[in-house]
Amino acid sequence: MGLDPVIELTELSIGFTGRDGQDVPVLRDVSLAVRPGESLGIVGESGSGKSTVALAAMGFLKHGLRRLTGQVRFDGRDMFALSRQDREAIRGGQLGLIPQNSGQALTPTMRIGAQLCEALRLHCNLAQSQCLPRAEALLAQVRLPDPGAIMQRYPHQLSGGQQQRVAIAMALAGEPRALLLDEPTTGLDVTTQAHILALLRDLAVERNMAMVFVSHDLGVIAHSCQRVAVMYAGEVVLDGPAQEVLKRPAHPYPRALLSAIPRLCDARLPRALDGRPPAPGQGGAGCAFADRCAMVQTGCRQVHPDLTRAPGGQTVRCLRADEVVALTPHAADRPALRHGPSGDVALHLRDVAICYHRPGLAARLLGRDTPPPATVDGISLEVRAGQTLGLVGESGSGKSTILKAVAGLMPPLAGEISARGAVLPTQVRRRRPDTLRKIQMIFQNPDESLNPRQTIEQILAQPLRLYFGLEGVQLRERAAELLETVRLGAHMLDRLPGQLSGGEKQRVAVARAFAAEPDIVLCDEVTSALDVSVQAAVLDLLDDLKRSKHTTYVFVSHDLAVVRALADQVAVLYQGRLCEAGPVEQVYSGPSHPYTALLLNAVLEPVTGHAPHLEAEDVVELSPPASGCPFQRRCPRKLGRICDTESPPEQMGADGHSIRCHIPRAEL
Amino acid sequence: MLELIVKRLALGAVTVWLVSVVIFAGIEALPGDACTAYLERDAQGKLLENCRQSLGLDRPAVTRYLDWAGSALRGDFGVSVDGETRITAEVALRVKNSILLAAGALAVGVPLAIFLGVFAGLYRDRPADIVVSTLAILAMTIPEFVAATVLVLVFAIWLGWLPAVVLTPADAPALDFFPEFVPAAIVLTMVMVAHIMRMVRSSVIEVMASDFVQMAHLKGVPYWRIVFRHALPSALLPAINVVALTVAWLLGGVVVVEVVFNYPGLGRMMIDAISDRNLPVIQAITLLVAVTYVGVNLAADILSILLNPRLRTRLGRGA
Repeated sequence: MGLDPVIELTELSIGFTGRDGQDVPVLRDVSLAVRPGESLGIVGESGSGKSTVALAAMGFLKHGLRRLTGQVRFDGRDMFALSRQDREAIRGGQLGLIPQNSGQALTPTMRIGAQLCEALRLHCNLAQSQCLPRAEALLAQVRLPDPGAIMQRYPHQLSGGQQQRVAIAMALAGEPRALLLDEPTTGLDVTTQAHILALLRDLAVERNMAMVFVSHDLGVIAHSCQRVAVMYAGEVVLDGPAQEVLKRPAHPYPRALLSAIPRLCDARLPRALDGRPPAPGQGGAGCAFADRCAMVQTGCRQVHPDLTRAPGGQTVRCLRADEVVALTPHAADRPALRHGPSGDVALHLRDVAICYHRPGLAARLLGRDTPPPATVDGISLEVRAGQTLGLVGESGSGKSTILKAVAGLMPPLAGEISARGAVLPTQVRRRRPDTLRKIQMIFQNPDESLNPRQTIEQILAQPLRLYFGLEGVQLRERAAELLETVRLGAHMLDRLPGQLSGGEKQRVAVARAFAAEPDIVLCDEVTSALDVSVQAAVLDLLDDLKRSKHTTYVFVSHDLAVVRALADQVAVLYQGRLCEAGPVEQVYSGPSHPYTALLLNAVLEPVTGHAPHLEAEDVVELSPPASGCPFQRRCPRKLGRICDTESPPEQMGADGHSIRCHIPRAEL
Repeated sequence: MLELIVKRLALGAVTVWLVSVVIFAGIEALPGDACTAYLERDAQGKLLENCRQSLGLDRPAVTRYLDWAGSALRGDFGVSVDGETRITAEVALRVKNSILLAAGALAVGVPLAIFLGVFAGLYRDRPADIVVSTLAILAMTIPEFVAATVLVLVFAIWLGWLPAVVLTPADAPALDFFPEFVPAAIVLTMVMVAHIMRMVRSSVIEVMASDFVQMAHLKGVPYWRIVFRHALPSALLPAINVVALTVAWLLGGVVVVEVVFNYPGLGRMMIDAISDRNLPVIQAITLLVAVTYVGVNLAADILSILLNPRLRTRLGRGA
């Protein structure tokens, strides 16, 4: 492409002033360029500086950060040398940003229409009367149904996918020449993610826009970018065509990242990448990745590698790039899947129904209360000891609600939950200490599930004291032992959760659950807040513990590939109702329920040239239908009236694989 | 929405009822009653009995509570211990004076506090913020009576602009208190500006660092438009409740300041009633203060709901 770059970063370094008055760089010598119509992906773990790059491209630095050296040019103009007015005119005009969390990036006190009109007036010199129709047209362009109604809403009245579309519409308001996308689909359901990315790609082609995708998700990057830049510790360590970087990366870091991603087609545990990136200012003289690199040599710790050319049009910061490229594809070195031996039934749910709706005082007094359809209904599942049951589905599918019911935090409306044949009291305060000990839960976000004011020892001591009456030296020794089992050192005992990384915190949460020596561990999206490299380590740990302690897991996740890697049995839920359940191989290989097929097809694999099939709209349903199949309103293969009125029959296949659908099993 | 307001109102009514019971029970539990207080040393034998009979104090406590609460509901707090003064009329005068003082302090204080808070929040950690914030802490820590005394020293003694204390009688028209009540209002303003300002400052800092403000910057929205249109509507919401507490505190009678300046407001009436053992008046004022607190906080809650789109529009997605 002979065009001039739209966005060009030249040897940009950004940093802050440290405690000793020294400049601490957060970004080091970053050079990147994007031309019109081109899309560049920036990947890296959290803390690698990828978001700082995106914001710097707009001439924006977060509180406390400073530009140390280098330049940022948009259309040849130096963004940091421009006046405030000129910069404001470019931002949101020719250069749009789509933020990570649109729910928080839209002003909560302004209606969608007002926010869109503001952007239009600022950048297009439109009169007030022209704004409204233009804003509606923009909303229609991002494929939002009923734009007129959306204009009147506040951000919190929209779903995550809708908010993201509004943010895209807003970025398009100024007729941008380039878009910066900061984790544009993180936190969205797979189906919504696939739709948003398809929309963005169409828009880019239509308007010949340059796009910069910042993401930790190589699947997203593979699907949307022609070029990929990999960042590590504030540096670009690899830059090249997406196809080459994803297939034959010339740097060991993206190689390790790729093998840390669980794949749908591969029923093996991903390989973890140990350690963590150096904090800003802490790297030594050599290569920043040296401490975590499997191929490290003495030379790597002495010489800081410069960017050099490598095969396949890649530029790389690695002394051994040629050897790295020549290595066999990453998938081969993964550990093989090991199914746990199946024992007796450890956990049994029979016809469980759960309803969040509680009639208000007034409604109860006046006797006019018509309860909506239950949030979760007709759930019958069983897990055998030492096995893992994966619960999958989009947000709002009731997966976490079922976990809460098993834990006794959300008493079911009907049905029965039993562990090892004994029926569990529905409420946690009615359960005996020994029953409580046997069922433990690990939560999604360790930042919220660990008390920030307790040391790791105090956190681990609680179950030990409560269930086993340990005290003093014994207690501390046991706590240290537990940390060893989750591969953390005893030196962590006196630290606070805030001093640990995300992955370490989640391991502490795992250790706390295992401190009770439970039979059943309930895992609620335990890896979705973690980086892929850390996720692989936590999955590996959970798998090891399962094997050595013969523990039963109920594993809730929206990520089908993660479930594939860990689960023995899978249940697919939609709107709190079972669509499909069975052994993991059967569910993933088909025949599948139309909903399972939809989910599987929407998954983005980190392979170029793979396009998800989008069969149904990513509509958000607020409540399940009163009768018939729960999936009736979105099903791409709906038969007709029968789907609306009659509950689909359970069709059984081999190994207890059941599908609830009116379409005969042979045709699915 | 309407249901919520009705619920809050009902809850407020229950609170006031509970307070009334506690007040009544508390006064009952004290040794002596209105008659022993009034008759003082003569409170014995026939005289005491007659007095109790005429005031109805010989009836059972429950009957007397119902009687008192019933009249209070109609706005009649009965007669003072001296047997002549209608409490309602006297209290109304004092309430008027207290409202005058409170209104003066609020009219200057609230806008000033919000301005200073926003200013300090926007210029966080810069010299301007440090000066304003330090002064605010100073104003909060100096006891009211010290500040009051200093003001008297400056305005009444050194400058001689104003009298040291308020000499206007309680039943004078509102205008007569001007400019005498100014030093009292200044002291109150100082204390309350400091509280509200610190609240607004931290709220502004938090909102200015939020994702949506950052996004507005990146959308190219001019700085002051971001402040007024995007940040302040969210940043000022928490201030409503602090302002409400301040209003209740001001209306409930600011005892120290009123006593120092001899200002005939509700607070001084309370102090006088306590030293005179004027039990019916104490009952009346305490109940009134309770109602004020409940009412003002209720108003603040409803206002917060109305101004916060998240709470106002409970439709859309449920959690």
